[in-house]
Amino acid sequence: MQKAAVESEERPLEDEAATLALGARLAGLLRPGEFLGLKGPLGAGKTTLARGLIRAWTGDDALEPPSPSYTLAQIYEGPAGVLWHMDLYRLRTPEEALEIGLEEALATALCIVEWPERLGPLSPPSRMELALRDDQGRRTARLSWFGDAAARRKEFGFL
Amino acid sequence: MTASQPPILVLGIETSCDETAAAVIHWRGDAGVDILSDVIWGQAEVHAPFKGVVPEIAARAHAEAVDHVIKAAMRAANASYKDLDLVAATAGPGLIGGVMVGLSAAKAVALAHDKPLVAVNHLEGHALSPRLSGAVAFPYLLLLVSGGHCQFLAVDGVGRYRRLGATKDDAAGEAFDKTARIMGLGFPGGPLIEALASSGDPRRFPLPRPLLAAPGCDFSFAGLKSAVARLWQGLAAPNEQDRSDLAAAFQAAVGDILVDRTANAIGLFGDADGRMVVAGGVAANQALRARLQSLAAKKGFNFTAPPLRYCTDNAVMIALAGAERFAQGWIDDLSAPARPRWPLDEAAAAARPSHRPGRKGAKA
Repeated sequence: MQKAAVESEERPLEDEAATLALGARLAGLLRPGEFLGLKGPLGAGKTTLARGLIRAWTGDDALEPPSPSYTLAQIYEGPAGVLWHMDLYRLRTPEEALEIGLEEALATALCIVEWPERLGPLSPPSRMELALRDDQGRRTARLSWFGDAAARRKEFGFL
Repeated sequence: MTASQPPILVLGIETSCDETAAAVIHWRGDAGVDILSDVIWGQAEVHAPFKGVVPEIAARAHAEAVDHVIKAAMRAANASYKDLDLVAATAGPGLIGGVMVGLSAAKAVALAHDKPLVAVNHLEGHALSPRLSGAVAFPYLLLLVSGGHCQFLAVDGVGRYRRLGATKDDAAGEAFDKTARIMGLGFPGGPLIEALASSGDPRRFPLPRPLLAAPGCDFSFAGLKSAVARLWQGLAAPNEQDRSDLAAAFQAAVGDILVDRTANAIGLFGDADGRMVVAGGVAANQALRARLQSLAAKKGFNFTAPPLRYCTDNAVMIALAGAERFAQGWIDDLSAPARPRWPLDEAAAAARPSHRPGRKGAKA
């Protein structure tokens, strides 16, 4: 198991607006070719965070991004490039991620990936992971940087 | 199309989702449809141990299966390629790899046997599927509620669809599956939740009903899922009664949401004494179906829920949509592209926000 090079503090997300705002803030910093895994159990806030991120990426505040759980991937375009929103829960083997186009996505798009642990050994060595928790309604987020992505740590100084 | 329409023999192919499927039908216009064969490679119950992981995701799996299901469907129908009137295949929306496999196979059959090709929108297959099990005349209001879909469509005729509302996040069937996952149950979640709910107290756990009483007929289920997760987390050592009560509370919340949203959709549909069809896996839930049925009766709507077999992803509905389009003179070129995104109501989807009703008067 690859260890995170650097981790942020665990930050509180006071309400839904704070979760949306964190998503929007991340959208402003992330770039095509980067990989952000969203980790956390069902109900921890992955949907809300992804919504804030995708709205900011596309510049469309009214957008209601549908869940990618059944389609596996939803693709969006914004001024900064293409964004893939993926949910890998239904994958049986990591190799299936390649067949739904993960390599192409990594080469050209910002990848926002729910259940990234499904990738196992195929996880990109340079990546970020946001761990979300919900403890009786008290939500928190902690961002980790893996591999070369650690060089980006200081740009995320607010976390 | 009239009853004198000569029967049309169609091969349908579906590879846009989890299943690789092929079917052969005899379409006889208003006189009905004979389903000659109906072959599906993937079956959810086989994969229950994986709790939701259904393996026909990858293009390779579709590619390995597609020739087999086409041959099996032709054999079971006792049909020969030269007798086909057309080949229909799903051309989207869906994961591009899977869609291309089925569409390419259809093109190969069409080219080899000199038959016309009809490229079908997967959602159009669902929209027309009620007509497989009997004569449901246009127009009708369709509530499509499954794991992957959750939307209201006004089906005015072949090729004429208006999306009245849709989910803003999770589909209703997805909410059932995820609730089952939270409670450590198997897959698919719908039947397991329904069974537990029948012996539970729906009033013990308070759950939210997102968008209840909001205007329009959109859905939202993500907040309900989070509330279930919190309640479940808060139980120290959940027993069978806890499970049943939470399942009952969840199912009651979904029922309240479906009834509230459907009442608004009936208003937006705008047809008094109309027809309403509920299709998709969620319609198999007897408690929810009964509530929708009684709402329809109250509104003076005729209620139909087609057999589940035709509501889940299958190639019969693709063959039907192909036949109905063909009968209206629509044929596609062999260069028809696979389309990962393909809103059924192109015009309405181009406007923002895409799911808002906006063209109430456009019905024929």
